[in-house]
Amino acid sequence: MNPDEQLYDEQVVRPYVISRGRTEARANLDLISLAVAIRQPTGLEVGLDPEHLAIVRLCRRPLSVAEIAAALDLPAGTVRVLLGDLLDSGFVAVQDPQPEVDVLDERMYRAVLDGLRAL
Amino acid sequence: MASVPSDKVRMPTPVKLLIAGGFGVGKTTMVGAVSEIKPLRTEEVLTDRSVGVDDLSGVERKTTTTVAMDFGRISVGDDYVLYLFGTPGQERFWFVWDELARGALGAVVLADTRRLSDCFPSVDYFERRGTPFVVAVNCFEGAPVYDLAEVKMALSLPADIPVLLCDARRRASGKEVLITLVQHAYSRRPVAKV
Ligand SMILES: Nc1nc2c(ncn2[C@@H]2O[C@H](COP(=O)(O)OP(=O)(O)OP(=O)(O)O)[C@@H](O)[C@H]2O)c(=O)[nH]1
Ligand SMILES: [Mg+2]
Repeated sequence: MNPDEQLYDEQVVRPYVISRGRTEARANLDLISLAVAIRQPTGLEVGLDPEHLAIVRLCRRPLSVAEIAAALDLPAGTVRVLLGDLLDSGFVAVQDPQPEVDVLDERMYRAVLDGLRAL
Repeated sequence: MASVPSDKVRMPTPVKLLIAGGFGVGKTTMVGAVSEIKPLRTEEVLTDRSVGVDDLSGVERKTTTTVAMDFGRISVGDDYVLYLFGTPGQERFWFVWDELARGALGAVVLADTRRLSDCFPSVDYFERRGTPFVVAVNCFEGAPVYDLAEVKMALSLPADIPVLLCDARRRASGKEVLITLVQHAYSRRPVAKV
């Protein structure tokens, strides 16, 4: 069997359904953009899927798109779409603007080196 | 529960490092050795047969390969969080690379002395992009041992690119490689315009 067909079946169709056919994430999110829950759902909200709720639950502390995707076993693209919804409905805050590490910031190098030395 | 205005939420700045190199060179192993979380991955399992083009001679038996990326996290204080991404080993999946490389502080290129040329594409890629990188030679048992000068010559690397030996399975070794990388990135950082 063509492995691409398999990929198509299992990894593309389901996420596509979860994101209701949307592939365009509105939020400007990178794999390492962090999201954090700022409001807990009551369970009565209209338009929140189980995946949305799962994301809000996970993001009690800041988590990257990559971590959310891995934890929920969803492609990063789907997580971006869902985070866009949650951003609109005010359940999560997302790092803003697009995080680009400041390569001129001496403090950043020092913090990273100290953190690595403490490993 | 009271809602928190989003501009009041303090979040660390993520810093991204990449672990690259050829098929089966130890990328996933190194991410796992240094990460504080179990390495996470989005994985599409390919069999040797569907992979086809990979030459497995002299390499530990391996029946699957990782298509997407695996990653780990290292907390570095309150203000920053370090994310490590292992890149896909096969060139045909390099479309994932551009997204991974965007905004990366630097990259480790892992090399295996039995198949040194496998790391050329990674070296070329980071050179072209201007991403700071170091080459770490993963010491597999039974692999020929060369001294670093020989490896450096064989790779025809510019003199200022650090090359070091490592054992991808050991945290202390991965830590040393990452420290060398960040120091190198620091020494290569663009000079602020005045
Ligand atoms: N002896 C020895 N074995 C190693 C070392 N590093 C990795 N291995 C083994 O080599 C094999 C491949 O390692 P991986 O970490 O999966 O390599 P990878 O680069 O992630 O592979 P792909 O993602 O498929 O390209 C595994 O069986 C590892 O256990 C090492 O330093 N020494
Ligand atoms: Mg791997």
